[in-house]
Amino acid sequence: MKPSPLWASEPFWKKVAIWVTSGSFIVLITLTFHSMSEVVAGSQRVPAYSVINQKIDYRFDNTKNRFQPVIGDEQPLFGKKLSETEAEALVALGKKTTQAKNCMNCHTILGNGAYYAPDLTKAWLDPGWIDEANREAQMLTFLKDPPNHARTFGSGRRMPQLDITDEEAHGVVAFLKWMSTIDTNGFPHNFKTLTAQE
Amino acid sequence: MNATTPLMETGLAVCAPLNSDNLNGGQKLAVKYFSTAMILFIAQLLFGLLAALQFIWPNFLFDTLDFSVNRMVHINAMVVWMLYGFIGAVYWFLEEESGIEIVGLKLGNIAYWVLTGAVTIVVLVYLLVQTGPGNDTTRWFINEGREYIEAPRWADIGIVAVMLVFFYNVAATFSKGRWSGISGVLTLDLVALAGLYLAGMFYSTNITVDQYWWWWVIHLWVEATWEVLVGCIMAWSLMKLIGARRQIVQTWLYIEVALMFGSGILGLGHHYFWIGTPEYWLTIGGFFSALEPIPLVAMVVHSVYDAGVHKFRSTNHPALAWIIAHTFGNFLGAGVWGFMHTLPQINLYTHGTQWSASHGHLAFFGAYATIIIAFFYLAIQRWRGGVWMGEGLQDSGWKWKWAMGLLNLGVMGMTVALLIAGYEQSFIERAVEGSTWGGYFAGQNHPWFQQAMNWRLVFGVMTFAGAILLVWDLLTIGACESREELVIEEH
Repeated sequence: MKPSPLWASEPFWKKVAIWVTSGSFIVLITLTFHSMSEVVAGSQRVPAYSVINQKIDYRFDNTKNRFQPVIGDEQPLFGKKLSETEAEALVALGKKTTQAKNCMNCHTILGNGAYYAPDLTKAWLDPGWIDEANREAQMLTFLKDPPNHARTFGSGRRMPQLDITDEEAHGVVAFLKWMSTIDTNGFPHNFKTLTAQE
Repeated sequence: MNATTPLMETGLAVCAPLNSDNLNGGQKLAVKYFSTAMILFIAQLLFGLLAALQFIWPNFLFDTLDFSVNRMVHINAMVVWMLYGFIGAVYWFLEEESGIEIVGLKLGNIAYWVLTGAVTIVVLVYLLVQTGPGNDTTRWFINEGREYIEAPRWADIGIVAVMLVFFYNVAATFSKGRWSGISGVLTLDLVALAGLYLAGMFYSTNITVDQYWWWWVIHLWVEATWEVLVGCIMAWSLMKLIGARRQIVQTWLYIEVALMFGSGILGLGHHYFWIGTPEYWLTIGGFFSALEPIPLVAMVVHSVYDAGVHKFRSTNHPALAWIIAHTFGNFLGAGVWGFMHTLPQINLYTHGTQWSASHGHLAFFGAYATIIIAFFYLAIQRWRGGVWMGEGLQDSGWKWKWAMGLLNLGVMGMTVALLIAGYEQSFIERAVEGSTWGGYFAGQNHPWFQQAMNWRLVFGVMTFAGAILLVWDLLTIGACESREELVIEEH
C-alpha cells in the first residue's frame, strides 16, 4: 500500500494536535492571569465591596457606545456607611445566601443560570422597586417572605418560601447592589434604571 | 459454524439470557455503570417534565418541590448519567484495547459503589433538605448553589477520588498492556477532565471570579474534554461496528483533537462576554467559538463516509444508527445551535434566555446521550453472548426504531419550541424592553412564549415515551435471538 501523503498521515496530525492543544492552553493561561488582575474586587471593572456606600446607576456611555455602571455620590446602604471589611462581610453573607438558597436554578446571575425568574444582574436598579426611598425596605420584605409579597407581574409565578433571615436578606441586598456596579460590557443592553427618569 | 447461519434453520430455538460470563472484567463493571446511567436518564426526564409543567402551571408543587429543585435534579442527573455512560464506555473497551485484564478491577468496583452511594445521598438531600442557611456548612453538606456543579463540597471530594481510581485503571492498564492512538488521547484527556473539576472547588465572594472558574469546569468539560472523550469512544466503536481501519480512525481522531481543542479552549471566551471580564474576550471568544462547529463537521463526514465505504454492514445496527445520530446531533446541537448565538453581537440579546436552553437540549442529547445509548446496545449484545443485531431483527426491530424516532423527534421538538421562546425573549424582553423585570415578564406572558412552553411539554412527553420504549427494547432485544453476531474484520 502507498504511504499516506503528509496531510493524511497519522504522525503529522498527532504533532498538530499536540502543538495546537498546548499552544491554545498556554494562551488561555496567560489571558487568565491578565483577566484575574483586571477583575479583582477594587479594580476598574469590579469595584470594591464598599461601593455599596455609593449611589449606583447604569447609563448609556457615548464614548464606549454601550451601557455602563455609573458610581455616584455617597448613598450608604440601609443608611449606614460601612468600612471595606464590613462591606465585604455583608456582601459575602449575601453571596453565600444566594448559593445556599439555590437562586441560580430559577434566576440568572450575570445572565447565567435558569430562565424561570428574572435576571439579577441589575436587580438593584430595577424600575420595579418604584422609587429609591422605599427600595431597600421593599427588597427586604420581599426576600423574607416571598409568597406573601409576590411580584408575579401577572405571570402567576411566585418565589417560594426560602426561610431567608433578616440578616441574610440584608446580605442579599448588599450583594445585589454590589453586583450592579460590575462593568459587564454593556449587558443588559438598553436597561432603564429606577432613576432613569430623573 | 458460519457466523451468519441462523440457528433457527436447524430447528434450534435458543434463548439468550443476560449472562455475565459473556463479559470480561471491565465489561462486567461497565454494565453496572450503564444500568445506573439508564436509571438516572429516566430521572432526568421525569424532573424535566415536572419543571416543564411548572412553566405552564406555576402553582404545581409550589413550596413542595419548587422549580429550582426540579431543575437542579434535571441537570445534575444529566451530568451524572453522562459521566456514568462515559466511564462505562471506557471500561467496556479497556481490556480489548489494552490487550490485558484491568489492573485494579476490585478498586474500580469499590469506586462504583462509592460514587453511586454518594450520588444517592446528594439527590436525597437535594429533594428532602433542598436549601440551608447562607453559610459554609450549606455549601459543604447541602448544596453549593452553582448551576451544574451544585453537589456539596464533600461530594466533590468523593467525585475526585472516584475519578482518580478510574484514571489509575485506565492509565495503568494501558501502560501494562499496550498503548494506541486512541488510548493515548483518552488518557491525556482524562487528566484534563479530572484536573478541570478542581477549578470549581473553591469559594469566592467576587461573582466575576466565581463565574470565571465555574466556566472552566462547565465549558472545558462540555465543549472540550467531553468532546474529545466521545471522539475516542466513537473511533473505537467504528472499528468495532463496521471494521473501520485503525489508521483511518486514529488519523481522524488526531484531526478532531486539533480542531476541538484549537477552537474549544479559547472558545471558552464566549462565556466571558458579560461577566465583568475584559473586552478582549468579545473578540477572542467570538472568533474561536465560531470555529467550534468545524470538528463536528469532520465527525459527520468521517462517520458517514466510513459507514458508507463499509456499505452500512455492521455488527450492531441499533448501535451504528445511534452513532450516526450522534454525529448529526453533535453537529446540529452543539455546532449549529451553538454557532447561531455565539457572536457577541447577537449574544448581547440572547444571553440568559431560552436560547441557551434550546441549544443545551439538542447539544447534550445529540453529542452525548446518543453515543452512550449506542454503547447500551453494544453491551446488551455481548451480555447475551454475542447475538445477532444486524439487519432482519425479530419483529423487524420496531422497538429500537420507534424508540430512536421518538427520542430524536421529541428532543428536536423541544429544541425548536425553546428556540421560538428564545427568539421571542430576545426581541421582547431584551431588545424592546431592555431586560427589566417588567420586560422579563412581558416576554414570559406573551402568547408566543406560552405556546412554545406548551409545545415543549408535548415533545417532552414524546421524549419520555421514547425513553421508556428504549428501556423495554434494551431488556428484550436479542433475548430469543438464535443467530450469532456478525463478525467483521478490519478492512
